[in-house]
Amino acid sequence: MDDKKKSKIQIPAWGWLVISFLVAMALWFFLSVNPKTARSFPFLPAIFEALGTVISRGILATDFISSMISVVIGFALGFITAVPVAFLMAWYLPVRNILEPWIQFIRNIPPLAYVPLVVIAVGVGRKPQIIVIWLATFLIMTVTIYQGVRNVDETLLKAARVLGAKDKDLFIKVVFPATTPFILTAVRLGVSVALTTLIAAESTGASAGMGMRIRSFSNSFEVAPMLLYIILIGIIGITSEKIIKTLERKLTGWQEKREV
Amino acid sequence: MAGEERSVKVKIDHVEKIYDGRKGKMVALNGVDLDIYENEFICVVGPSGCGKSTLLNIIAGLLEPTSGAVYVNGKKVEGTGPERGVVFQQYALFPWLTVIKNVMFGLKLKGMPDDQAKEIAMKYIKMVQLEDFVDAYPKELSGGMKQRVAIARAYAVQPEVLLMDEPFGALDAQTRTQLQSELTRTWQEEKKTCFFITHDVEEAIILGTKVIVMSARPGRIKTVIDINLPYPRTQDLKMQKEFLDLKAQIWGEVYQEFLEVRQ
Repeated sequence: MDDKKKSKIQIPAWGWLVISFLVAMALWFFLSVNPKTARSFPFLPAIFEALGTVISRGILATDFISSMISVVIGFALGFITAVPVAFLMAWYLPVRNILEPWIQFIRNIPPLAYVPLVVIAVGVGRKPQIIVIWLATFLIMTVTIYQGVRNVDETLLKAARVLGAKDKDLFIKVVFPATTPFILTAVRLGVSVALTTLIAAESTGASAGMGMRIRSFSNSFEVAPMLLYIILIGIIGITSEKIIKTLERKLTGWQEKREV
Repeated sequence: MAGEERSVKVKIDHVEKIYDGRKGKMVALNGVDLDIYENEFICVVGPSGCGKSTLLNIIAGLLEPTSGAVYVNGKKVEGTGPERGVVFQQYALFPWLTVIKNVMFGLKLKGMPDDQAKEIAMKYIKMVQLEDFVDAYPKELSGGMKQRVAIARAYAVQPEVLLMDEPFGALDAQTRTQLQSELTRTWQEEKKTCFFITHDVEEAIILGTKVIVMSARPGRIKTVIDINLPYPRTQDLKMQKEFLDLKAQIWGEVYQEFLEVRQ
C-alpha cells in the first residue's frame, strides 16, 4: 500500500444521511439522559408511546385535519389573489406604486404580532387562522410572482410578436411559461410560510390543530406528545417542500440556471 | 440578377425617430430614405448609437417612426407582419421549448396542424444542420447552434424579408465565419430580401450585395456601396484585392463616423 497517497473513501449521499441521522440521535439521547435537560427531551421510546396515545385518543387525526384545512384554504386564497395582483403590479405602474410599499411594510411584520388584532376583529375559531395564513402567503407570493413577471425577457416578447403572436398568445405562450419558475418558487415559499403562520394563528383560541395542541400540552406539562407534535410539524414541512421541489425540477428543467 | 426591372420590396420613406428622454429630445433617425429591392442582401454598418437597430425595429413593426413610413410590397407597415422575419442578436429562443418546438412556434400560431408544422420545421432544421438536436432544449446548445435555430425559426414562417440585428455579434470568430458561409449559401438556395445589421465591415462585404454606412447623431444614411463580388463567396475572398479595397473604403467611412461620435 502506498502510504503517501491517502485513499479517500467516497461516502455516498445516503451514507451521509445515515451518519447525520445517527449524530442527531446521539445528541438527542445525550439530552435525554443529561439531568439538566432530561425533562424537556424524552427519548424515542417515550415519543413512540405518546404517538400511540394521541392516535388511539383520535387527537392526532383531528388536529392534523383541522390544521390542514386552515393551511389549504388560507394558501389557496393567498395563491388565487396573489397571481392577479402580481400581474397587475407588473403591468400597471399606478397599481405598483400604490401597493408595493404596503406589501413590503406588512411583509416585514411577523404574523404573530397581528394575530391578536385579527382575533379581535373577526372573533375566535377558524376564521382568523385562515385570514392570517391568507395574508401572509398572499404577501410572499405576490412579491415573488411580481419579480417573475417583471423578469420576462423583452426580446422573447419581441420574437413572439414578429412570429405572429397577438396579445393573448403573448400571455399564454410566453409570459406564462416564462413566469412558471417564479410561480413554483412562490408556491414553495408560500407553503412554508403557511405552516409557520398556522402555528402562530392557532395559538390564540383554536379548538383543534397542531399548534393549538402544542400549547395545550405545554399547559399540562405533557412533554413527550409536545415534542412529538413539534417533530411532526417538521416532517410535514420538509415533505411538502420535497414534493414541490420535485415538481419544480420536472416543470422547469429547461432553465439555464436553477436557484436553490 | 435576372430582369432589369427589379421591384422595390421595402421602401423606407423619410423615416424619423425622436426619443423623448429626460435630457430632452434625442434624434435617433433623421430622415432615412432607402429602397430595398427584391432579393437584395443589404448590410448596414455604422458606429454604435447611429440608430441602425432603431431602423430595423421600425421595419419590423416593433417601433413606430415619429414621422415618415415604411412600405413593404407597397403596403404601409403597421405593427409586425408575417412577411417580415427577425433574427435577434440575443437568439431569443424560448428556453422552455425544444429546438423543433421553437422552430414550429410561428407555424402553430398560424393555426397549422402539428404534422405539417413538424414537416416544415424539420426541413429548416436540416438546412441549419441541427437534425441531431431536434429534441434538445436551448440550454444544451452552444451560441452558434442557438443562432442557427433562430435562423431556422425565422425561415420556417417563410417571410419575404429577413431582418437580422447583429445576429453573429455574440459569437466567436470561428463560429461567425462558419455561419456567414452558411447564411450566404441559404440565401442563394432560398432567395430572400435581407436587411442585416453588423458592426463588422468584413462581415458586411462577405454577405451583402450592398453595404450601407450610417452616420451617427443624428442617424442617417451616409453612403451606399454596391458589392459586386461573385457568389458563392468563400472566406478566401477576404485575401483578394477587390475585397481589401472595399474593406479599406468602408472602414474609412465608418471610422470617420466613429471619430465624430467621440467628439
